[in-house]
Amino acid sequence: MLAYYLELALRSLKRSPGLTALMVLAIGFGVAASMTTWSVFRAVSGDPIPWKSAQLFVPQIDNWGPNGRGSDGEPPNAMSYNEAITLMRDHRARLQSAMYQISPSIVPADASKHPINVSGHAVYSEFFPMLDVPFLFGSGWSAADDAQRAAVVVISSKLNQKLFGGSNSVGRTVNVEGKDYRVVGVLNDWNPQPRFFDVVNSGGFSTGVEDVFVPFQRAIAVGMPNDGNTNCNAVPAESGFVGLQHSACVWIAYMAELDDAAAVTAYKQYLDGYARDMQQSGRFGWAPNNRLRDLPSWLDNQHVVPSDTKVSLLVALGLLLACLVNTTGLLLAKFLRRSGEIGVRRALGAPRLAIYAQFLVEAGIVGLSGGLLGLLLTGVGVASVGWVLPKDIAALARVDFSLLVLTLLVAVIATMLAGLYPTFRASRVQPAWQLKSN
Amino acid sequence: MTLHPILAALRKHKAGVVLISLQIALTLAIVCNAVFIIGQRVERVNRPTGLDENDLFLVSQQWVGAPGGDDPAGVEKLDVMQREDLTALRNLPDVASVAPSNSIPLLNSSWTGALSLKSDQKFEKGITRTAYYFTDEHALATLGLRLVAGRAFTAADVQHQGARDQRNRPIVIVTQALADKLFPQGGAVGKVVYTDGSSAPSTVIGVVARLQTPASGSFGNDFAWNSTLVPTRLDANFARYVVRAKPGRRDAAMHAVPATLYAVNPMRVLDDDSVKSFADIRASAYRADVGMAILMGVVCLILLCVTAAGIVGLTSFWVGQRHRQIGVRRALGARKVDILHYFQIENLLIAGAGVLVGVLLAIGLNMWLMSHYEMARIPLLYVLTGVLVMLAIGQAAVFVPARRASNVPPVVATRAA
Repeated sequence: MLAYYLELALRSLKRSPGLTALMVLAIGFGVAASMTTWSVFRAVSGDPIPWKSAQLFVPQIDNWGPNGRGSDGEPPNAMSYNEAITLMRDHRARLQSAMYQISPSIVPADASKHPINVSGHAVYSEFFPMLDVPFLFGSGWSAADDAQRAAVVVISSKLNQKLFGGSNSVGRTVNVEGKDYRVVGVLNDWNPQPRFFDVVNSGGFSTGVEDVFVPFQRAIAVGMPNDGNTNCNAVPAESGFVGLQHSACVWIAYMAELDDAAAVTAYKQYLDGYARDMQQSGRFGWAPNNRLRDLPSWLDNQHVVPSDTKVSLLVALGLLLACLVNTTGLLLAKFLRRSGEIGVRRALGAPRLAIYAQFLVEAGIVGLSGGLLGLLLTGVGVASVGWVLPKDIAALARVDFSLLVLTLLVAVIATMLAGLYPTFRASRVQPAWQLKSN
Repeated sequence: MTLHPILAALRKHKAGVVLISLQIALTLAIVCNAVFIIGQRVERVNRPTGLDENDLFLVSQQWVGAPGGDDPAGVEKLDVMQREDLTALRNLPDVASVAPSNSIPLLNSSWTGALSLKSDQKFEKGITRTAYYFTDEHALATLGLRLVAGRAFTAADVQHQGARDQRNRPIVIVTQALADKLFPQGGAVGKVVYTDGSSAPSTVIGVVARLQTPASGSFGNDFAWNSTLVPTRLDANFARYVVRAKPGRRDAAMHAVPATLYAVNPMRVLDDDSVKSFADIRASAYRADVGMAILMGVVCLILLCVTAAGIVGLTSFWVGQRHRQIGVRRALGARKVDILHYFQIENLLIAGAGVLVGVLLAIGLNMWLMSHYEMARIPLLYVLTGVLVMLAIGQAAVFVPARRASNVPPVVATRAA
């Protein structure tokens, strides 16, 4: 029976090629626009560490008071040195790390090569196990290395390729900012998007790779300056990088792993206790106003997904909706034009269900053709976002199997939905009228 | 011609009429908002920075193994290194002028603060925010700024300091926008301001017509024209130099920079991004805006084509369906033009209903976007233009099938269906 309906549908579609082409084009373009913007949205709104994001928390401590808060009463979105160090020392979470962005120079051993500039972070040893950072060779450094401010470094596989030709470089030496550091680990392609551990500085997405990680206290000790944002509510009293460390300026990111609800509650109490102590000691002239957000809500709070991406997706879905309304209108016209044929089929004993099946098959074929065209156009669309959108975001959008399947499914299902009403109308055709009128 | 027969006929095709009106309404709502977005982005991208952008480029570089810049001796050493670089660049044959600067408009790397008329002013909401350019006496000539009052910096004005040091700023040059904000009565030159809540006065010695801040994103929207120039070289292990090439010699000058700087001191980092033309800086700053405008443009184009084609398709179908009636009307004396007008008026009614709903949808969508994203209120002019354009597209789309209808010969009436 299906084969018969297919044949009927093809025959009918061939009878009015213009109308058919119009419907297929509308569905194709509508689906392609939606899928292209969806691929971008999907790329930027993905969870960078889905197996663990619910256990990762970003604490915020209000060390600026009411005058420094935004209109929404939010405390600063980064930490001052003083608060970060206190939290690290108290060590109340299972794993935690303060971190700050650095941009040191690396001098290649080969004297004929010019120095290069890399980006990275100064972090604590717990950064690596907390974020499940994958290693190609070696591992992160130890808590003892943290305490001793050891000159150790973890490098990316890209930098390892550049400096050591990709060989196991653990134990070898890298010159960072003019000083020798021992390589303890080489990362295995690790480039989470968004760059979730320090979104305040990465802005979420980056085409670059984090090339070096050095111990936090080591970086502070050698005066490796921070490369990211520094926000101050007052001009620091002392100058230089040391002055920054003594100031209330915020420039440090912080993340803690809290494994269950009890740990979260305890940590929240700890933060509020700290702020109350500060209030009592007179350092804070205000009641505690802290935040402890898990990673997904932190990314949301920091508006990591650009609003342009959301607006584009919305507008493209509107386009798809308009295309579907268009298709409904055209299918309605097309189906009702065949009232005579329907009348004959019904008079010859076809039940309403058969009419439904016949016309939904026809709508399905239109949807499938539109979907195939849509696939092609989505491919073109995703390929061209590269020269339309900023590079760091465009690089993330890609066509994969699930996008292909989704494109076809959306096209077919949407078109069949669009075909429901016309089919309903077709099934209501009174056979007697049609037979009489001729 | 009375509307009654048209309305009566439309009632026979309720579903089709509703669908096509709905499509017109959706199209109007989306296209109005999309075009509004395009308009806003184009306006943003076309804002003049105040610079003379041709022949301008920026060099960003970092020294390796240089002093930290936190101690006085280190700062002096770094300043010597910076002046060596500046001299080398100024001696290049294709270079007209060079100034050190911590940033440049649209670079999205800013040092911001606040200016006030009182000393020791707390940083609060409502304070006059500004972005600083720390530079030297070559700034105005290099950036191509227009001085509208007072004087430019001289070599004697120029100080130097560690990049993280807090120093007094005895003199500054501000933009006209900043001068107007601080001194609405005019006459900013010679007046005193206080920077970043300091107690040390800074005298305004000059006013430039226009200079955008480095922030191109939403962060800087509130004070995009509030720039302050400070005659101070910042000394750190990295430095930026703004270079104006001789007219038409930009690429040659850019090409000569790396070798020149390596010759001065090879222990430095110069990578692909280190020498960047201002045109590239502008392009990358506005890439997202241009991209969004293009995307919205593509969506509008598809939408308008689909809607126009939909009107053609549906009207053609109706013409086919009413073939015989048209013949009867023609046989009863209706002229060709009457048939043409019939379909045109019918389309006007349908499109009219569509745009009425569409206007509401457009405004609703705009309000929703305003409440969720950074979006301004859509001017009524956009919506009204949209309405006219939609009606015009409807008329254009209906013309071909309507003409076909008007060509139906009266003899059709006499034939069996």
